[in-house]
Amino acid sequence: MSAVPLLDVRDLTVEFATRRGTVRAVRKVDLCIAKGETVGIVGESGSGKSVTSYAVMRILDRAGRIAQGSVAFSGVDLKAASEREMRDLRGREMSMIFQNPRAALNPIRTVGRQIEDVLRQHALAGSGDLKQKAIDALEQVRIARPEERYGAYPFELSGGMCQRIVIALALACRPQLLIADEPTTGLDVTTQKAVMDLVVELTAERGMSTILITHDLGLAAAYCGRVVVMEKGEVVETAHSSAIFRAPAHAYTRKLMRATPRPGITLRDLLPEDAEHPPAPAAPAASETLLSVEHLVKEYPRNAAGAFARLLRKGGEEAPFRAVDDLSFEVRRGESVGLVGESGCGKSTTSTMVMRLADPTAGRIAFKGEDIGAVPASAFSHHPLRSKIQMVFQDPSDSLNPRYTAARAIADPILRFGAAKGAAAVRARCEELARLVGLPGELLDRFPHQLSGGQKARIGIARAIALDPDLVILDEPTAALDVSVQAIVLNLLADLKAKLGMSYLFVSHDLNVVRLLCDRVIVMRQGRIVEQGAAARVIDDPQADYTRELIAAIPHPPVQEVTHV
Amino acid sequence: MTMADEQTTAAALPVAPPSPRFGETFAHARYVVGDNPVTGVSFGLLLILVICALIGPSIVPYDPLASDTAAALQPPSAQHWFGTDQLGRDIFSRVVVATRLDLAISVFSVALVFALGGLAGVAAGFFGGWTDRIVGRIADTIMAFPLFVLAMGIVAALGNTVTNIVIATAIINFPLYARIARAEASVRRNAGYVLAARLTGNSDARIVLTTILPNIMPIMVVQMSLTMGYAILNAAGLSFIGLGVRPPTPEWGIMVAEGAAFIVSGEWWIALFPGLALMLAVFCFNLIGDGLRDIVDPQRRT
Amino acid sequence: MVKTLVDRLLTTIPALIGVVVISFLLTRVLPGDTASYFAGPAATPQAIAEVRKQLGLDKSLPEQFLRYVGDLAHGHLGQSLTTGQSVVSDLASRLPASAELTLFGLFLALVIAIPLGVAAAVRQGSWIDHACRIIATAGVSLPVFFTGLILVYVFYFVLQWAPAPLGRLDVFASAPPTVTGFYLIDSLIAGDLETFRAALAQILVPGITLAIFSLAPIARITRASMLSVLSSEFVRTARASGLGPRTVIVTYALRNALLPVVTTLGMVFSFLLGANVLVEKVFAWPGVGSYAVEALIASDFAPVQGFVLAMAILYVALNLIIDLAYGLIDPRVRSSS
Repeated sequence: MSAVPLLDVRDLTVEFATRRGTVRAVRKVDLCIAKGETVGIVGESGSGKSVTSYAVMRILDRAGRIAQGSVAFSGVDLKAASEREMRDLRGREMSMIFQNPRAALNPIRTVGRQIEDVLRQHALAGSGDLKQKAIDALEQVRIARPEERYGAYPFELSGGMCQRIVIALALACRPQLLIADEPTTGLDVTTQKAVMDLVVELTAERGMSTILITHDLGLAAAYCGRVVVMEKGEVVETAHSSAIFRAPAHAYTRKLMRATPRPGITLRDLLPEDAEHPPAPAAPAASETLLSVEHLVKEYPRNAAGAFARLLRKGGEEAPFRAVDDLSFEVRRGESVGLVGESGCGKSTTSTMVMRLADPTAGRIAFKGEDIGAVPASAFSHHPLRSKIQMVFQDPSDSLNPRYTAARAIADPILRFGAAKGAAAVRARCEELARLVGLPGELLDRFPHQLSGGQKARIGIARAIALDPDLVILDEPTAALDVSVQAIVLNLLADLKAKLGMSYLFVSHDLNVVRLLCDRVIVMRQGRIVEQGAAARVIDDPQADYTRELIAAIPHPPVQEVTHV
Repeated sequence: MTMADEQTTAAALPVAPPSPRFGETFAHARYVVGDNPVTGVSFGLLLILVICALIGPSIVPYDPLASDTAAALQPPSAQHWFGTDQLGRDIFSRVVVATRLDLAISVFSVALVFALGGLAGVAAGFFGGWTDRIVGRIADTIMAFPLFVLAMGIVAALGNTVTNIVIATAIINFPLYARIARAEASVRRNAGYVLAARLTGNSDARIVLTTILPNIMPIMVVQMSLTMGYAILNAAGLSFIGLGVRPPTPEWGIMVAEGAAFIVSGEWWIALFPGLALMLAVFCFNLIGDGLRDIVDPQRRT
Repeated sequence: MVKTLVDRLLTTIPALIGVVVISFLLTRVLPGDTASYFAGPAATPQAIAEVRKQLGLDKSLPEQFLRYVGDLAHGHLGQSLTTGQSVVSDLASRLPASAELTLFGLFLALVIAIPLGVAAAVRQGSWIDHACRIIATAGVSLPVFFTGLILVYVFYFVLQWAPAPLGRLDVFASAPPTVTGFYLIDSLIAGDLETFRAALAQILVPGITLAIFSLAPIARITRASMLSVLSSEFVRTARASGLGPRTVIVTYALRNALLPVVTTLGMVFSFLLGANVLVEKVFAWPGVGSYAVEALIASDFAPVQGFVLAMAILYVALNLIIDLAYGLIDPRVRSSS
């Protein structure tokens, strides 16, 4: 470590003026980054990790301000710097990459021009060599055929490609510090690996310092030398990344670390160690077939043009797009099956068809021996088997009617199917369900906007199990939740399954989570099954190349040694 | 379980926002009014308009139709607050009495288009398919005309009556309502809570009535307030060019038209006061619409 | 590019069909019996039957529709009872006056509204932002004929800056030789500054009237879309890359913010073409709007129907142009077609 740190943040406090008065998003944060160092800032939503970095770059929105503390960059006081001086630093000395790369690029300007804008601003290229330098920048982020991509618009590029452009933009002027704010959230795990490897390689080769802001402790530990853990605007722990998994010092870090799904643990290991947990009940052995899907196909027309335009277009129709291509699998009673794949692999389309919310193009969906795939989705709401297949949705907020109280939401299926008669009986059933999912009874009369994400997830689960279904489809039920809440919800789901004898079809992109909850796993790619088998077998000993690639792409936190410094 | 039984059971559970939610909305409303006192003023103005519409004819000092050639073209004075017109009629009385007709035209046309356009739009957005295509085609065809010009054509063809003004105003607003309702309904069609309602055995009709409509109602109410102003302007514009309302009926648009000839000779009051009344009424509805939007959707504040 | 153009042209066909069908329906629902109306008040039953046959009103509706379309294809919109001319030639001779006034008003509105909206968004919460909000709400609340009358009173009667509101030129000036039909442009082409000044003096007040009316929606949408673009992630990226305020506001924010503004222009034109009728009446402007109003007062329906149809076709064409312009600035639209 050199004597003067590259970035030295002391006692930083950031306040936001809101309607409800001043909110302190960041409190007395100290952060020190040495030259060439890679530091991860980890925290759940609302921890102030992003706000800290915006304050360093001085790009807080108009409601926010640095209330206290100092920020020094190479010994220069950024808090006192003028806007013009800051502009000179941004992009040239310190730059930033963001979550959602497509939105981070100007949609109506070619990517080459956007890189040129930055080069021109910092006078790193004259009009003569501007284009060549922009192409060089594209080449450095391993973009194939950079001359062609120079003239491309962001919408013409994939998400991973856009993130490379954003990195090219950030590194074009060879800054000393790169701040990466959730750079891979929303990207598939294989793309995430490619992007992170690229960032690490480029910054290491230039001797740059990097701050990686993420909610994923595993990702931070895998790519960073040091990890800073934040909670509610405060830094609770700073440690070497190998130490953080081995011996987390702060209670919050321990909780966060424990809650991060990783190989070689059980569901109970996710929960905080201090609380009492009854041992996980043993699941009953899987027996007869509950759901059987045979040769399922779903096609969408490729061209969404109007009928009029189609009439006039010469030539034959393009072949329709096959979202699900000849899929066959089974779910047995009491079994939990994981449906895994990257975005666009057809897993959600499959679950929607099994759920009978969409009609398959071809194939059979047999549930309890009856071909429910033959019943049109529009008529299925009155089908006697409707109550036996239920679903827990991805986004707990979106899945609750904003105008229904928790009790009304849980009561909806009970009222529709007449599972209980009379207001008192319905209420009693709601309270019983609330107890079952661990929702405090006094919250039953609240509206969704008065509840937390975890509480809303519990309501969604209570509603799904209200009619004693045989099969519950879990559509990424924890993807919108913080990791500590995810741990609790996953355990709740496992307990309910054991207690009520349901089967789960668990749709997820996260193999680590699937391994914890599922008996069997089906890996999908481009509408087809790549591999299926017992969860432990598929993950520990994958047979298909694609499964191997998926598993290799999951960030592995260093347990013994540190790979990147 | 019988239907009635089910209703009472459902009613026992709080569905519509009860005290906590209402209290919060009210607090937010107070915040918005406090933040933007203009909204409070505009609600006051609305109250005055409604009073004029309800009891206007019985509180005015003069008969709005009685002419008095001896007192023609008098500027505003203590006897005639807003002056008199070319026939000696009291402009103040005519402006106040006209409130009822102008508000009635816009209220009826907005109610009509809300019922037709709102329902058609919700059906189009929720069911999609051919319902969507038909509603979309009707809306597009209406939108292919400059709206005021279409209203002119409709009133000219259907006949020069107040009822036809109401119909024409409703027709030209149809696309707006249908589109907003369609957009809101089609966003919600795939919302998690609508899918959830489907899984719990709700039929489509029930989902539309209990889930979609209540959730898009606030947005539609804002739209109604904003189009009230437009409906008043449109009706006044039509009567300004001699369609719909006929003299000597007091109506703001026609009164401005009558005063137009006297502007160049300096008798400003004949056109000014009905014009001001018109402007204030429209202003009032627009401000209320903006205010309501702030309450309903704080994010979309502009 | 040619393919795009053809595709866009094709999309106007359903709209045109709708327009023709509606105008046909409007001609069929005339108050009372159309035939006895056209035969005149003193016509005998035989004369009425004769007229009915002549107009094809005894045929079935589809036949009548075909005949109507055939007439349209030949440019027949009927005769005006008041002017005695064919409606088409009346409309054609008066259209340049209306177009000049409308475009002049729109030009003024754009020149004021866009900078105003941008300034309001960039300095959110400042006095200019409040001014923008007030202007936007007041502008849509003002009945355009009322604004016109107030401006006439102030600028003509009180201040005597403006000429009498009686048409495109005062009685002593002569019209410039026709090239475009726009007096402002034609007088410049002829090098006749005297006429240019006279024409400008006449068009200024009605133009301002239209501008006040149409700048409100433009300013409002500019401000709103500018605000949303300014808070977007790519503007944040641009700021985080150290780009200067000019580049950020103009190259990054404004160009994107103009997309919704261009879309709104369609709506603005709809308002403008309607408001134009009222303004022409107030200023005795010899355009198609005042022509239609005069015909309406005389219960002369053919010109009114011709006017409605002509405005609709013009509006469809304007929307097509707006669509094409949108395609030019938004690469996403360009490639999807």
